[in-house]
Amino acid sequence: MTAPPDDCLARNEWICGDYLSTRRHILLDAVGQHLQLTVLSVLIGLAIALPLAVLARRWGWAAGPVLAVTTVLYTIPSLAMFSLLLPVYGLSAALVVAGLVLYSLTLLVRNILAGLRAVPEDTRQAARGMGYGPVRLLLTVELPLALPAAMAGLRIATVSAVSLATVGAIVGFGGLGNLIYAGMNTYFKAQVLTASVLCVVIAVAADLLLLGIQWLITPWTRAKRG
Amino acid sequence: MNTLTDAWHWLTDSAHWARDDGVWHRLGQHLVLTVVCLVISCLIALPVALVLGHLGRGGALAVNISNVGRAVPTFAVLVLLLLTPLGDRGEGPTVVALVLFAVPPLLTNAYVGMREVDRDVVRAARGMGMTGGQLLWRVEAPLALPMIMGGVRIAAVQLVATATIAALAGGGGLGRIITAGFNLASTPQVVAGAVLVAVFALLVEAVFEAAERLLPRRGTR
Repeated sequence: MTAPPDDCLARNEWICGDYLSTRRHILLDAVGQHLQLTVLSVLIGLAIALPLAVLARRWGWAAGPVLAVTTVLYTIPSLAMFSLLLPVYGLSAALVVAGLVLYSLTLLVRNILAGLRAVPEDTRQAARGMGYGPVRLLLTVELPLALPAAMAGLRIATVSAVSLATVGAIVGFGGLGNLIYAGMNTYFKAQVLTASVLCVVIAVAADLLLLGIQWLITPWTRAKRG
Repeated sequence: MNTLTDAWHWLTDSAHWARDDGVWHRLGQHLVLTVVCLVISCLIALPVALVLGHLGRGGALAVNISNVGRAVPTFAVLVLLLLTPLGDRGEGPTVVALVLFAVPPLLTNAYVGMREVDRDVVRAARGMGMTGGQLLWRVEAPLALPMIMGGVRIAAVQLVATATIAALAGGGGLGRIITAGFNLASTPQVVAGAVLVAVFALLVEAVFEAAERLLPRRGTR
């Protein structure tokens, strides 16, 4: 008679090295899916939010409705959001991405608009006086000056997206959320803890990465302090 | 369009409302869960934030906790707690996970509100001989009230929204209608549940909006 294996997997311990080594490819797949979901939804969110914010800046009357709609979207619970989009996208990764895009819109539109509004009128007038047309003014003066506020929104949106993506487990596309969901049903402690910690690690890493990018692309904010 | 009409039929079917696991029952669970968690979170976060704001210490802490809080998935926290001994205690894990989730916005808003009180006003009150406690209760807290209430509002709406996740881990509340719909592969029920949750969240938002308008305005703002 062979004795049952007496390792940390068999004992169902929270921290288990064997889990990491035996399920490495499962974890890597989940991390990959998680990153894909997050990056895709934040990029799409940015592509939609930027023109919305610029339009809201240009036509003051548009700002109210745009902000109101995106705020209402943010109020809808994530589980409900994924469910409401179910008839449109079916059980797919696109469903989760669409839900996350709608969430990131509120944070991004709000922050980009705040950044654009904070551009001093004097600066805009100076640029106009130098012969800048509206497009050049927007691209080379207003948007760069709005960057710090926009980046702040982007960081919050990204970190929230990493965390919200786990709820995508309800439709089977939650990245690390899938492992947490499966681990809950099978009472697999090591899997739940490892996946949860990885989620936080991804969120913090993404935040630091964006902070670094912001540091690189806004050199003038550093010069002012020094 | 068919799904929407089917969802409408689901919602208007009175049988779905009255049963033991019907809408009214789930709505009650959701409401109780939200209110209990909101009260506990306020009891934890507000005293700490008011005292820290009064002393002007720990500001970085109060703000950073909020940022870290966003990075931690509530779903993960819920499942982690579920697998601990706490998991045997009914709604225990849900309440703890939701409280952990609601504390950061309360803490940050209340702290920032306390710090934004006009320093001249504080100095004037101090000059009139107010003690630290009087200053906190009679000057700073009332002036910071709009910001504090803003935090409570954010926390309340997010709690309503996040309480649905409890259903993923077998808890009660409106989320159960959605998860049950997924298990039955009944898209109309899923959509009907989602509409219910969304409407409930928007209702809470509206209640706070109305309360803020009715609140007597003090100070300069």
